[in-house]
Amino acid sequence: MRELRIHGRGGQGAVIASKLLAAALFHEGRWVQSFPAFGVERRGAPVAAFVRIDEVPIRLRCEVTQPDDIIVLDPTLLTAVDITAGLKPGGSILINSEGLPGDFPALIGRFRVATVAAGEIAARNHLGSRTQPIVNTAILGAFAACSGLVGLESVCAAIEEDVPQHAEANVRAAREAAAAVQVGGLAAQEVSHV
Amino acid sequence: MRKVIVGNHAVSWGVKLARAEVIAAYPITPQTQIVEELSEMCASGELKARFIKVESEHSAMAACVGASATGARAFTASSSQGLALMHEMLHWAGSGRLPIVMADVNRALGPGWNIWTDQTDSLAQRDTGWIQLYCETNQEVLDTTIMAFRLAEQVDLPVMVVLDAFFLSHTAEPVDIPDQELVDRFLPPRRARYKLDVDDPHSYGALVRPDDYMEMRWHLQDAMHDAVARFDGVETEWATLVGRSYGAVESYRTEDADIALVTSGTITSTARHVIDQHRENGEKIGLVKIKMFRPFPTDALRLALAGIDRVAVLDRNFSPGQGGIFAAELRSALYDLPAEDRPAIYGYVLGLGGRDVTPAVIDGIIDHVRMPGIPARADLWVGVKA
Repeated sequence: MRELRIHGRGGQGAVIASKLLAAALFHEGRWVQSFPAFGVERRGAPVAAFVRIDEVPIRLRCEVTQPDDIIVLDPTLLTAVDITAGLKPGGSILINSEGLPGDFPALIGRFRVATVAAGEIAARNHLGSRTQPIVNTAILGAFAACSGLVGLESVCAAIEEDVPQHAEANVRAAREAAAAVQVGGLAAQEVSHV
Repeated sequence: MRKVIVGNHAVSWGVKLARAEVIAAYPITPQTQIVEELSEMCASGELKARFIKVESEHSAMAACVGASATGARAFTASSSQGLALMHEMLHWAGSGRLPIVMADVNRALGPGWNIWTDQTDSLAQRDTGWIQLYCETNQEVLDTTIMAFRLAEQVDLPVMVVLDAFFLSHTAEPVDIPDQELVDRFLPPRRARYKLDVDDPHSYGALVRPDDYMEMRWHLQDAMHDAVARFDGVETEWATLVGRSYGAVESYRTEDADIALVTSGTITSTARHVIDQHRENGEKIGLVKIKMFRPFPTDALRLALAGIDRVAVLDRNFSPGQGGIFAAELRSALYDLPAEDRPAIYGYVLGLGGRDVTPAVIDGIIDHVRMPGIPARADLWVGVKA
């Protein structure tokens, strides 16, 4: 079982990202479960969504408290919420940031850190507005490239199937982000897998 | 077709495949997605049903009662306070013997205002004459919704399909969505035994004097008895088409067990995981899942639990002044077992208002229930802060 938590702000598409990732993994033959943090959401407020992944049907029906992987859709969340809460030692963090993994020294000794300028990529592809780009599909492309957990083609197929508007631009953003992601921190072999 | 969908949309798909003809609903979290999806299906023409917008849940059920009385296949969905507001009309559906299907997404009642899962909303409607079926997975939600129409129309009773808020309603997981052609074979168009007909006018629900009322109640009870066996038949037919069935009661690894957990809803899944771990350590422990709450499957539960020493009932609900509702019902059902076969029943109240029920919480209950010499009680509260 592998568990993943996505941090975002209301309106950035964290919940959709969790569903797309689950659909992509399902197409690859995995069992999946995805859900938002249970509660009331407001635009701009911190939100979270979760994905469970396994080779067998998933029976845990409780909250995810000790994830293996974290995705952060908004870099301002790094100081607003405890994004590493419960993250397993050696776990991975993918951050939407124009910086490099080395710019996060507090994280890089303990976790595998990756960065991608998803906001810039999304804005370039006219996803959302320039000030409020919708970064969820770009970050999933980056996640496919840096995690090895899911194929980029599966992510693109899930986007084409389930994103009703601008599917092409979303796929392009995912591919550009996959090519642009920067990985640092712990070596890949130290990271736990399913 | 297999798709990753949330539990709410599993209901919507079930209703669409069942070719519901009238849908009347009022939105309430966490149910809203069910009727939102159905309204889109109606708007696009995918589902040829009349979608009636109403001003309250009371009216939603009233519209379903009217539609069902004319012979139409009617559906609605609600939760919590919305279901409570329907209460009067639930009696009109139940005692009116109208095969309406409703989804209730279990949500806690306020105040304190709470949108999270808790079964007290549906269980409080126990005596309204509705069959109640609780679900554990999104697949079970979809299958149960389709089966509910079949069962309802066989026994002329309304059926409530019950699913946990968020843990099912907003959780996406793989669901096999059967073909329309297959569902059509299982569920033919409704043929109402009695219906409102302007060419043959009758009145229903009029004054009934003491010399007939009791017989009407007896017929209701008789239909409830009948529903237990009918449900098995409906499940068997569904299983021949799709290969899936659930049982009014399901025993999981209870062979040679000394201790059994009794669960309903999504706590069951997490409990299966815990049971497997304890079995790996050689502990004789199993689980009994209750899917059907009304009619209460007394015979099946006696069979499933006879000879087990201790039973821990996990109730995500409670009746103030009593305790967990499944525990109380189970005690009543097993009381007539011979003393040597009758298990001691421990009722644990937990997870109210959506509080998380983790494997560690269930481990704690197992540790408690097997302590030597503890008296059986129906109101053991789990994890209450001092």
